[in-house]
Amino acid sequence: MKAAVIVFPGSNCDRDIAVALEKSMGKVPKMVWHRDTELPNLDLIVVPGGFSYGDYLRSGAMAAYSPIMKDIKLKAEAGVRVLGICNGFQILTETGLLPGVLMRNRDLKFICRDVHLQVTNNTSAFTSGYKAGEVIRIPVAHHEGNYFADEKTLKALEDESRIAFRYCDENGKVNDCANVNGSQHNIAGVFNKSKTVLGMMPHPERLADDQLGGTGGRAMFDGLVEALA
Amino acid sequence: MNHAMASITKKDIKSHGLTDEEYGRILEILGGRIPNIVELGIFSVMWSEHCSYKSSKKWLKTLPTSAPWVICGPGENAGVIDIGQGLAAIFKMESHNHPSYIEPYQGAATGVGGILRDVFTMGARPIANMNALRFGSTEHHKTRHLVSGVIAGIGDYGNCVGVPTVGGEINFHSSYDGNILVNAMTVGVANKNNIFYSAASGSGNPVVYVGSKTGRDGIHGATMASAEFGDDAEEKRPTVQVGDPFTEKLLIEACLELMATDTIVAIQDMGAAGLTSSSFEMASKGRVGVELYMNKVPTREKGMTPYEIMLSESQERMLMVLQPGKEDIARRIFDKWELDFAVIGTLTDTGRMVLKLHDDTVADLPIDPLAQASPEYDRPWVPTLKQPALAAKDVKVICWTNALKILMGCPDLASRRWVWEQYDHMVMADTAQRPGGNAAVVRLHKSNRALAITTDCTPRYVNADPFEGSKQAVAESWRNITAVGGKPMAITDNLNFGNPEKPEIMGQIVEAIKGIGAACNELGYPVISGNVSLYNETDGNPILPTPAIGGVGLIDNIDNMATLAFKKADDAILLIGHKEEMEGWLGQSLYLREICNREDGAPPPVDLAYEKSVGDFIRNLILAGRISACHDLSDGGLLIALTEMALAGNIGCTLFEIQGYQHSFLFGEDQGRYVVTAKENDVNSLHKEATQLGIPIQKVGSTGGNSVAIGTKKVELTTLRSLNENWFPSYMTGKD
Repeated sequence: MKAAVIVFPGSNCDRDIAVALEKSMGKVPKMVWHRDTELPNLDLIVVPGGFSYGDYLRSGAMAAYSPIMKDIKLKAEAGVRVLGICNGFQILTETGLLPGVLMRNRDLKFICRDVHLQVTNNTSAFTSGYKAGEVIRIPVAHHEGNYFADEKTLKALEDESRIAFRYCDENGKVNDCANVNGSQHNIAGVFNKSKTVLGMMPHPERLADDQLGGTGGRAMFDGLVEALA
Repeated sequence: MNHAMASITKKDIKSHGLTDEEYGRILEILGGRIPNIVELGIFSVMWSEHCSYKSSKKWLKTLPTSAPWVICGPGENAGVIDIGQGLAAIFKMESHNHPSYIEPYQGAATGVGGILRDVFTMGARPIANMNALRFGSTEHHKTRHLVSGVIAGIGDYGNCVGVPTVGGEINFHSSYDGNILVNAMTVGVANKNNIFYSAASGSGNPVVYVGSKTGRDGIHGATMASAEFGDDAEEKRPTVQVGDPFTEKLLIEACLELMATDTIVAIQDMGAAGLTSSSFEMASKGRVGVELYMNKVPTREKGMTPYEIMLSESQERMLMVLQPGKEDIARRIFDKWELDFAVIGTLTDTGRMVLKLHDDTVADLPIDPLAQASPEYDRPWVPTLKQPALAAKDVKVICWTNALKILMGCPDLASRRWVWEQYDHMVMADTAQRPGGNAAVVRLHKSNRALAITTDCTPRYVNADPFEGSKQAVAESWRNITAVGGKPMAITDNLNFGNPEKPEIMGQIVEAIKGIGAACNELGYPVISGNVSLYNETDGNPILPTPAIGGVGLIDNIDNMATLAFKKADDAILLIGHKEEMEGWLGQSLYLREICNREDGAPPPVDLAYEKSVGDFIRNLILAGRISACHDLSDGGLLIALTEMALAGNIGCTLFEIQGYQHSFLFGEDQGRYVVTAKENDVNSLHKEATQLGIPIQKVGSTGGNSVAIGTKKVELTTLRSLNENWFPSYMTGKD
């Protein structure tokens, strides 16, 4: 698998995702500066977490206009897998590659904690390492993760099985108590129509290592490598 | 001098915080010439308590600062220790107390920004932030506002720069009602052969300014931080700076990228007193002169005067001396990161600091005489009156189940989850022990080694006996690192006190420094950096003396570290270090304060040699894999420690019935003690080994069940958990 991680001014999970990918891929992914205009041939593009442009204006709004985004859109349309995590998810919604917006968390505070996710759809390259309905534990760390879309969009997401992950309790129950940030339909991650683009608020790269207290994220990267090898 | 301004008045001298005697010294240095306002401003900040340590210097010199592993002790931007395998750990703790009281969000945020810069200035990538916070009484009308602003400020800054905030401590006490304490600590890691210092050298070398533009914010911050508050605190809001963590993140990356090239001669961040203190200190340390062109400094607005440019405390700025001809290499890197870059001056061999605005000289000061004449006071002091020790029999007994419930839900012991969930404590993906344990553990990237980090101080002990209480703060730091299996390496100290011009406050400072020194010497745990914050008083009411200690230790193999959570049922619970003659120390304990509403008695004494032998024994057991969980005993004593272990592992415990005084045994705060769990079949050999070393050890019970039980009485874990977890969120939403 050939992978690249995009680095914006203010990205701060770029190294973390590179380390996690390297563990599954056996080699270091390419780090691409946001001012570059063209990507090489790739199987996976990762838009990492952080605070691109300091979240000024609106999370992800400015990065969506970085020079590299044009080629990311072209590659995405051509079917190259694109994974946006946290701020990366916010950037992908700002570019229009994914529907919806990420609003400020329901309790208006930044929140960093482990959450449980139900793997709602495991038929994508991103989620193929998980069993359908599997409950995994990985952390969130965000101030704006409260997923919102209009009724029509939500219906399309549900009907087309485009919800990748939902916040749930440790037994897999999807309920309001487990909804860490107030997202509609407990949505933690969504796909584009062809399920080649995934945006998610939780950080799989942060729990892909036993020494850090969990490996809930590891199967995502192992699954990607297997699906895209 | 062409640019001489209106002559200096008595009012100018006073408003710059200078005494008549200090002004006389200025005239002497200038050979009788009257300083202009720019020069007066420079003297004022350089000689402020904040920058000159004039009241504490005499005593700080007595602290032990060296050890074979210390690469750089106090005096630089931060301290540096050798942690092996070619790496160095660089760390420091610094206060931002005064600004955080005036404007909690920005005050705390810029505190984090400033300490981060102190660390990456030296070539380190910051890997962890910590803090030590003190707020006023929970009843005080400003406390919620201050807690909420400070926590959000610390969180937002650290979260955005992408350095995990891995822990800290918080106390509430009415003495901080008008003066909260915000002490921020950063730990970084550098290649030990690529550490950068601030001493400038090389006449003719370019002086370069990078980072944010200079604005009119924070002028006189250092002077403000060197005075007491009256009822004019609100009016001081314009002296607080505004932080921009996004620029800081770019500055970290740009500086580290530049540091990988061979370009920099010296580098210093612009912190308190901004361009004045950074340029002055770089020149002074390198014994060179410096000429700066005010018109070349990037400014945020037009028409800023040299006075404003020199005294601005705008954040996210650095000053560097580059090797000649290498400006373009540096400029390219700062262009890439979209940061300002300007050559604003040159080093000279005149020994003078000369400031020019176009062709006019606006200041011309001799550097060495100004630095050497920096005031140093031997202020009068009186020792703190010692209090008699309290006997357990003189302290009210209540049923232990009630005492446990009250203590687990009291402001000083309640879970801090509400706080640390607002901090990104996992970014950089190396956090191996998150907040809430004995010490935070952060892995050294791509290795199996880690640093253990902790901040500690028990101000009520220090207040009762500054010497013993300060020994205790260092010992507790050492103990917390030991309890995760780390080897304690060095500390940074952040000394927060009231007005040193009062002999009783100066006495606290003197005795506290003596106590820290005694503990550091005995434990082989040197002070490598620190900060002093004085004048923490409002309307004459001082804070409890608070010498916060930030400790760092090394874990050689992260797979061997210990955590405090009970791991399984039917493990034996062993109390180690509890001497037979200890009846349980209740003087200055939380039991006494929370249950009996008393804050008296002598604090628990620390026997340093004993502390070391018990700690070394514990660490060896951890490294040998003999114990499954470990917790040091501190606030609230044995039963609080056990309850914290039970809640962390969600496994209960049952203790044997207690002989003698129950309240003092369960809640006494004697020092040098740990509680551990071990396999039942290892208890006899552990007992034998400890006894051979003269270390007291006793089995006090076993793990298991869903409650904390003693004999037939018990409290369910679910009850304890909700008391412990609910206090903070309820308080902050006003539901308590």
